[in-house]
Amino acid sequence: MSCSAIYILDVKGKVLISRNYRGDIDLGVIEKFMPLLMEKEEEGLLTPILQIPECTFSYIKTNNLYIVSTTKKNGNIALVFVFLHKIVQVMTEYFKELEEESIRDNFVVIYELLDELLDFGYPQTTDTKILQEYITQEGHKLEIQPRIPVAVTNAVSWRSEGIKYRKNEVFLDVIESVNLLANANGNVLRSEIVGAIKMRVYLSGMPELRLGLNDKVLFESTGRGKSKSVELEDVKFHQCVRLSRFEIDRTISFIPPDGEFELMSYRLNTHVKPLIWIESVIERHAHSRVEYMIKAKSQFKRRSTANNVEIFIPVPHDADSPKFKTTIGSVKYAPEQNAITWSIKSFPGGKEYLMRAHFGLPSVVCEDTEGKPPIQVKFEIPYFTTSGIQVRYLKIIEKSGYQALPWVRYITQNGDYQLRTN
Amino acid sequence: MTDSKYFTTTKKGEIFELKSELNNDKKEKKKEAVKKVIASMTVGKDVSALFPDVVNCMQTDNLELKKLVYLYLMNYAKSQPDMAIMAVNTFVKDCEDPNPLIRALAVRTMGCIRVDKITEYLCEPLRKCLKDEDPYVRKTAAVCVAKLYDISSGLVEDQGFLEQLKELLSDSNPMVVANAVAALSEINESSPTGQPLVELSTNTINKLLTALNECTEWGQVFILDSLSNYTPRDEREAQSICERITPRLAHANAAVVLSAVKVLIKMMEILAGDTEFCNTLSKKLAPPLVTLLSSEPEVQYVALRNINLIVQKKPDILKHEMKVFFVKYNDPIYVKLEKLDIMIRLASQVNIAQVLSELKEYATEVDVDFVRKAVRAIGRCAIKVEPSAERCVATLLDLIQTKVNYVVQEAIVVIKDIFRKYPNKYESIISTLCENLDTLDEPEARASMVWIIGEYAERIDNADELLDSFLEGFGDENAQVQLQLLTAVVKLFLKRPQHTQGLVQHVLSLATQDSDNPDLRDRGFIYWRLLSTDPAAAKEVVLADKPLISEETDLLEPTLLDELICHISSLASVYHKPPTAFVEGRSAGIRKTLPARQGSDEGAGAGAAAAETTVIPNQESLIGDLLSMDINAPAPSAAAAPAAPLASNVDLLGGGLDVLLGGGSDIGGGGAVSAAAPTTTGLLGDIFGIPSAPTMYTPPKVIWLPAEKGKGMEIYGTFSRRSGQMAMEMTITNKAMQAMSGFAIQFNKNSFGITPCAPMNVPALQPGQNLEYSLPLNTTGPVQRMDPLMTLQIAIKNNVDVFYYACQIPIQILFGEDGTLDKRVFLTTWRDIPGANEVQYTLNDIKGNTDTVSNKMTLNNIFTIAKRNVEGQDMLYQSLKLTNNIWVLLELKLQPGVPTATLSLKSRSVEVAPYVFQAYESILKS
Repeated sequence: MSCSAIYILDVKGKVLISRNYRGDIDLGVIEKFMPLLMEKEEEGLLTPILQIPECTFSYIKTNNLYIVSTTKKNGNIALVFVFLHKIVQVMTEYFKELEEESIRDNFVVIYELLDELLDFGYPQTTDTKILQEYITQEGHKLEIQPRIPVAVTNAVSWRSEGIKYRKNEVFLDVIESVNLLANANGNVLRSEIVGAIKMRVYLSGMPELRLGLNDKVLFESTGRGKSKSVELEDVKFHQCVRLSRFEIDRTISFIPPDGEFELMSYRLNTHVKPLIWIESVIERHAHSRVEYMIKAKSQFKRRSTANNVEIFIPVPHDADSPKFKTTIGSVKYAPEQNAITWSIKSFPGGKEYLMRAHFGLPSVVCEDTEGKPPIQVKFEIPYFTTSGIQVRYLKIIEKSGYQALPWVRYITQNGDYQLRTN
Repeated sequence: MTDSKYFTTTKKGEIFELKSELNNDKKEKKKEAVKKVIASMTVGKDVSALFPDVVNCMQTDNLELKKLVYLYLMNYAKSQPDMAIMAVNTFVKDCEDPNPLIRALAVRTMGCIRVDKITEYLCEPLRKCLKDEDPYVRKTAAVCVAKLYDISSGLVEDQGFLEQLKELLSDSNPMVVANAVAALSEINESSPTGQPLVELSTNTINKLLTALNECTEWGQVFILDSLSNYTPRDEREAQSICERITPRLAHANAAVVLSAVKVLIKMMEILAGDTEFCNTLSKKLAPPLVTLLSSEPEVQYVALRNINLIVQKKPDILKHEMKVFFVKYNDPIYVKLEKLDIMIRLASQVNIAQVLSELKEYATEVDVDFVRKAVRAIGRCAIKVEPSAERCVATLLDLIQTKVNYVVQEAIVVIKDIFRKYPNKYESIISTLCENLDTLDEPEARASMVWIIGEYAERIDNADELLDSFLEGFGDENAQVQLQLLTAVVKLFLKRPQHTQGLVQHVLSLATQDSDNPDLRDRGFIYWRLLSTDPAAAKEVVLADKPLISEETDLLEPTLLDELICHISSLASVYHKPPTAFVEGRSAGIRKTLPARQGSDEGAGAGAAAAETTVIPNQESLIGDLLSMDINAPAPSAAAAPAAPLASNVDLLGGGLDVLLGGGSDIGGGGAVSAAAPTTTGLLGDIFGIPSAPTMYTPPKVIWLPAEKGKGMEIYGTFSRRSGQMAMEMTITNKAMQAMSGFAIQFNKNSFGITPCAPMNVPALQPGQNLEYSLPLNTTGPVQRMDPLMTLQIAIKNNVDVFYYACQIPIQILFGEDGTLDKRVFLTTWRDIPGANEVQYTLNDIKGNTDTVSNKMTLNNIFTIAKRNVEGQDMLYQSLKLTNNIWVLLELKLQPGVPTATLSLKSRSVEVAPYVFQAYESILKS
């Protein structure tokens, strides 16, 4: 652990705000951060950890801000990075946008937050919902002193007591992102599904929830091996889920935080057909033109439909005078991204569409070489999961005994979906 | 309305203006003023002059204002220690405030003010706060103890805060427990003696494991990290800890997962290797590690650096996961490079096709550093996965055809290494390489090309022209290229003396007269002298076979690896350096080692801890490591010296200097100096082994069969091994009154299948006569495990009767002459053998220095694979092989001038250990 100090810097390396936690490193060392970063970047040796004799800098970059932590010990660096991202999350939840302006506008609250998030370099309370109960932006105009929410030190540190809703509801979104990596020959190198179950919880009191999935391990252990089930390769849970309980009998039981959060994520390798497959033929005629023939194929069931499909095709940066021809959707050239985007609003399963593009190329060839960025695809298929995961039940028990309604939605979308080109 | 308005103040008389505002009676005004002060502080203005005025605002019931004043105090108290004392009263009062938020705030802030005078007043409030009824205050106070320890460790110990902190480990509130653990770990780490001040007991561990289920994600990390410092009493405890920690692998927080992995890997070290429990546990580790690769790039980077360690420690865990390390187009460069490194580590014959096609793809990307590393990786694969070398070479040739300048250069550098690994195999590609000669502009690539030309001068028709063209700009070349040119031209001359005399004279004069590089000059002079005095010798030296290089590249040393495994998820695990290398002073803490294994001596942990581990330099030059690694191993040892003229080429001096200078710049030709371990020991064997056969230690004869039991026949005997032949040496005396004849001998089944090669052939023995007889033995007999292991039961017969007796075989006669291991194989074998199979032993009364010890051992077929000097201790890595193909690996730690030495033994059949130790004892005493 042990961050010695936390700094937020603007893109030029100027300190916007900082907090010294341990006083074992001179705050001024931050002056050396930017020059070192530039030097390493120049050498191509940039890593998120930079070392100088006095200390080690660990940093992340977000919205043109650098969040930097210093340490001179052998700290737990994984924790530092997860924590730095947490800071960004908390502040974004507080100020909507974490940027130079919002930092100046809220410096008092930021100091208060930094004081509460970390003590002597050890992360403490980082739950926005709970923090908001005693650190607020309005200042405490009324002379009532805020109290520590019990939750801060409770075993249930993520939910306060006494929450009340008139209508008790829970929304579950099962979102599966498909990661795909295919090489130029059309072979799938890697395909995996990263799923997430996101919840929006509007429940009164301290409800006990139990979620039932068609989890293969559970089915097999309870003798329902024949029912349709899904084998989850790795599951990660929000801290509210009782992990030891899950380890014992695969029960997902928890007291949820209030509002929106990600309950769990899972990962599985699949051998299913890529949902949207792209074949590309690229003919380059040096010094004159380049032609693209792109075929997009939807390889899922006919009754499903992919929405807002966008196929992102990189083109040479010196290409000019684009011409397109397509059977469906629209094609746009985005010179600033050196790419064309083929958008198809609605793409039913089992269909195949074609697009042709033609570009002129200058007769003079430019010196710097270009990489071969892959074709990327964005899409969304509602009411469908690739893995076949299903929410079987969501039981909600609260001592007041109210009835609550769970709503479930399924959606499959692209994750890191890349097809390499020739 | 936003706070940004506070940043805009009138420049003139700012401080003065603020001062009056701070002293305003209206609360609102005061607060505004303090905010302005803090704003100025934030942008780096010095507002310390306002100290008394700000402190005056401290007594307020407005929490926001109080917090700001506290913040100001923390920043400026150090510069105004005398005035800071003014704040003490308020602090002490606030520590008793009815609102726990304020009590906690006060004790938290006080701990951050590093002013001695304030610290004195901190003790009382802190003591109270540690017992506060509110857990929020207690958890804050727990951390405050660590703060106080940092300022004045004596105070903490004297005031009994350590005991109070320890009590908090049993607190009912999980957050308090977590912070108490964090504070204790921190205090333990900075303990001046290096010994932890507070040891964790089994009881405490149980409490921590319970708290683990209830505290925040960060608290879980604190607890897991402190558990990783605990060594369980026995396997059962280790297993139960594992069971309770495994669920953490499903936590969404990557830091929790990595810390859990750390504890689990450490505990697995204690558990017996091949149990079902361990295997299931290993399987459970892979998915979470893979999932870490979907986290934020910085976390991915940390995860990859750690996976790099885990893959070296436990190669099996991720061996099927190659694909997840494939590089994505939009990965940050630091992630790409780390993935590449792991891909090479996981490369095997099974997946090489896939890996190569990926690497080829990467080699056509734009990022130059990445492309270079990808090309180097192909070379590493060629060296590592032997059966696929040809495919790798073909891939490299394809890449050379792309004519992309840096790709070609990088490819040539690695092809040079491939030539070193597989001499006389891929020379057909030399012509393709030569075509690209003109495009090479980097010293390393030029030097590699020159080396190739020199090495294969006889096959390149225009080698002289090519080298001549290089000589034109000799003065402008980099020193590394100059050295290679010199050597290459001399090689060329020795191979084709007809038309190259002018060339060699030219280069010698360039090197000796026109250069002011002493390295080059000296090497030039040596060549010159050598060529002029004895061309035949020159040929022998310069054109000698070079030792092959192997793929040990950047494997970490086992002891360092073990230490780093204990530091998983910390900075050390990212740097791949022990904390002592980058943390100053006492806070570096004690050296961590994996727990002592079951069945080994207590000394195991401590022994390993004392070993200073060296870090293998520059990770980025992959193949370069091959050479530099060999250099620091056996070359300088005295034992190797007589072998040097045979093995090394001319670069005696140059090479020597290179060794001194770190050798990084030396490639190819000079690299021969780096006499790779296997051949060196081989040579040692040749030189000492054969002529020294008589000096192999043979124990003195002992009585096997006394005359009274043998009806007058008395047998003294021992066992020997000469030039690979085992024998039973006997002195048979006839003490009876009549002649003895008709001798025959038979061995019972024994552990090693020892049996006579031929029937016993002894003439009749007259009364009073004795006879020396040597019975040759081999190991083709029936095998049965004996107890004790080395017992041999013998039946000997004469015309009188049959007699039975048993004797002990000294194990060294079973040490084979082929007991030397390749250095890399040694490393991997050492690692693969589970920790439970390690045994330690202390040798006393050692005479002589390391080299004499090593020589003595070599005579007895115990081969030194590598020698290292660390922290004044000599470490000998030795291997031996028993006749039944059991390998025994040893690490002997000697300290010059100290008569005791520590011997660690690892073997799949650990039951031979005591006998090997006995052998060491007797050999050393001989």
